[in-house]
Amino acid sequence: MAMTATETAPGTAEPSLQPRPGLFTRLARNRSALIGGTVVLAFVLMALLAPLLPLADPLKSNFLAIRKPPSELYWFGTDELGRDQVSRLFFGAQASLLAGIMSVLIALGIGVPFGLLAGWYGGWIDAAISRVAEAMLACPFLILAIAFAAVLGPSLTNAMIAIGLSAVPIFVRLVRGQVMSVKAEDFVEGARAVGARDLRIVLRHILPNTMSPIVVQSTLFMAQAIILEAALSFLGLGQQPPSPSWGQMLNVAKNFMDQAPWMSVAPGICIFLAVLGFNLLGDGLRDVLDPKEG
Amino acid sequence: MLALIGRRALIAIPTLFLVSLFVFALQRALPGDPFLVIAGEERDPEVIARLRQIYRMDDPIVVQFFAWLGQVLQGDFGRSLRTGEPVLGLILQKLPVTLQLAIASIIVAVGIGIPAGILAARRKDTVVDYSASALALSGLSIPNFWLGIMLILVVSVELKWLPASGYEPFFSDPWGAIERLIMPAFVLGSGLAAFLMRHTRSAMLEVLRSDYVRTARAKGLDEDAVVNRHALRNALVPIITLTTLLFGELLAGAVLTEQVFTIPGFGKLIVDAVFNRDYGVVQGVVLCTAIGFILMNLLADVLYILVNPRLRAK
Repeated sequence: MAMTATETAPGTAEPSLQPRPGLFTRLARNRSALIGGTVVLAFVLMALLAPLLPLADPLKSNFLAIRKPPSELYWFGTDELGRDQVSRLFFGAQASLLAGIMSVLIALGIGVPFGLLAGWYGGWIDAAISRVAEAMLACPFLILAIAFAAVLGPSLTNAMIAIGLSAVPIFVRLVRGQVMSVKAEDFVEGARAVGARDLRIVLRHILPNTMSPIVVQSTLFMAQAIILEAALSFLGLGQQPPSPSWGQMLNVAKNFMDQAPWMSVAPGICIFLAVLGFNLLGDGLRDVLDPKEG
Repeated sequence: MLALIGRRALIAIPTLFLVSLFVFALQRALPGDPFLVIAGEERDPEVIARLRQIYRMDDPIVVQFFAWLGQVLQGDFGRSLRTGEPVLGLILQKLPVTLQLAIASIIVAVGIGIPAGILAARRKDTVVDYSASALALSGLSIPNFWLGIMLILVVSVELKWLPASGYEPFFSDPWGAIERLIMPAFVLGSGLAAFLMRHTRSAMLEVLRSDYVRTARAKGLDEDAVVNRHALRNALVPIITLTTLLFGELLAGAVLTEQVFTIPGFGKLIVDAVFNRDYGVVQGVVLCTAIGFILMNLLADVLYILVNPRLRAK
């Protein structure tokens, strides 16, 4: 019987002939990615299903149930206006995940094109973009986000913009570095030799080769964005009452630590788990997609 | 070596210039007319006109920028729009409070992070390593303001062991200061400890794999001597510079920690300024923070040169 290319003779090891497992298989085999991905998926479902589940109205006050401790009726208790904490946690997940996603998209939308420009053209374009990125990085993340939020005014949308803008230099530097290493490769020289234009080379050949670190960094930044949104909302610069977000729930809860300690527990656990989930997923993705960096 | 340090210092100048441009643009992008805030409820047009003259608002924007930059270079960071106090004075007044918290947090971070990192590297792939790594990942994922609230709930409200808030200068009442510092320093330091642990672990692992460590082992040195005399010294080089770079993280963390523990420091100053729409203070604080951050980066570079014999010899 003839042997196929993927079969090996008994007793010999030729792993290089084995087909490489697909991305999802590799992710599923990575413990960190598997646990992180499951946690993230649970929070995504929590946010998506919030309007469909038979939950109490997260905005409606109930003056007969003010600051009730956890019970069969109210699993995580109620807040200072008698609103069900479970319902506010579910709807709060929407705000936190939305803030994470939008901030990453803003950071990517601005950071990737500028990183491509700086890395591909070099020279004065690179110098100008890099200096601006360095100047932005010279200010701690939260202080920069607070400064942006101060200018834009306190709201969830502005918090997302502030977080996204403050992360732009991270993506600029990441993409710039990747482009600089990829553009020296032979396939780029080949594309140039067959007459491909700059835009085509950058979009068709360079960008796809920089995707792995971008995906990893975006996932890890999601974790940071969720913490930052919670921090800004905790300071009163993010989600405004009565709309719920985990950080905003903690902002209110800190005023009732004596009378209603349960109000502080669940929102913090949700932030912790969501951030942990994205951090684990990011670490796992790095191991799978970008083993050099890991 | 001096030339190398000088070159690094020169690189910081364009960054500082751009930061000042950014802070100036931020001020100009503010919604509404800040002078309406200073002019008070009467909004006397004469007062507003006088203020516009003082702040050179009728000059071209480039002239305004360089006039403002000139003031900053002379140490004039502007005034609080609310109280009229010089911003630099306000910052210098709050800085010792945050500095006390920052020093205590660094002690916690270095005291936990570096030994834990060394231990995890020495016991790689054992329960100790896995536990330390899991703790570090949790430390990086816990929002420090929530950790602060939980500590207040348990340690202050339930057990009544430590005061929940407040500030005491260390030199006027050392015990009172320590009592009030333990929880905030742990809250702020634990995240940094997690960060340091991860980096110490990977730096140690890399050094422990190197040829000279193998040689030291081959000479028959016991493992403690190999780690302490050969590996640790070299692994700590990047960690020293990394600790300097934690300054930014510390300041950002201090904003939240001071809010939770009601500490009247630098972080509380900026948050209160944002809510009071005291843009002069916000601008001054952002600029001061950025300058501090750039100087710390410079210090990290200098330290790296000083502790690295190859660069020192240049």
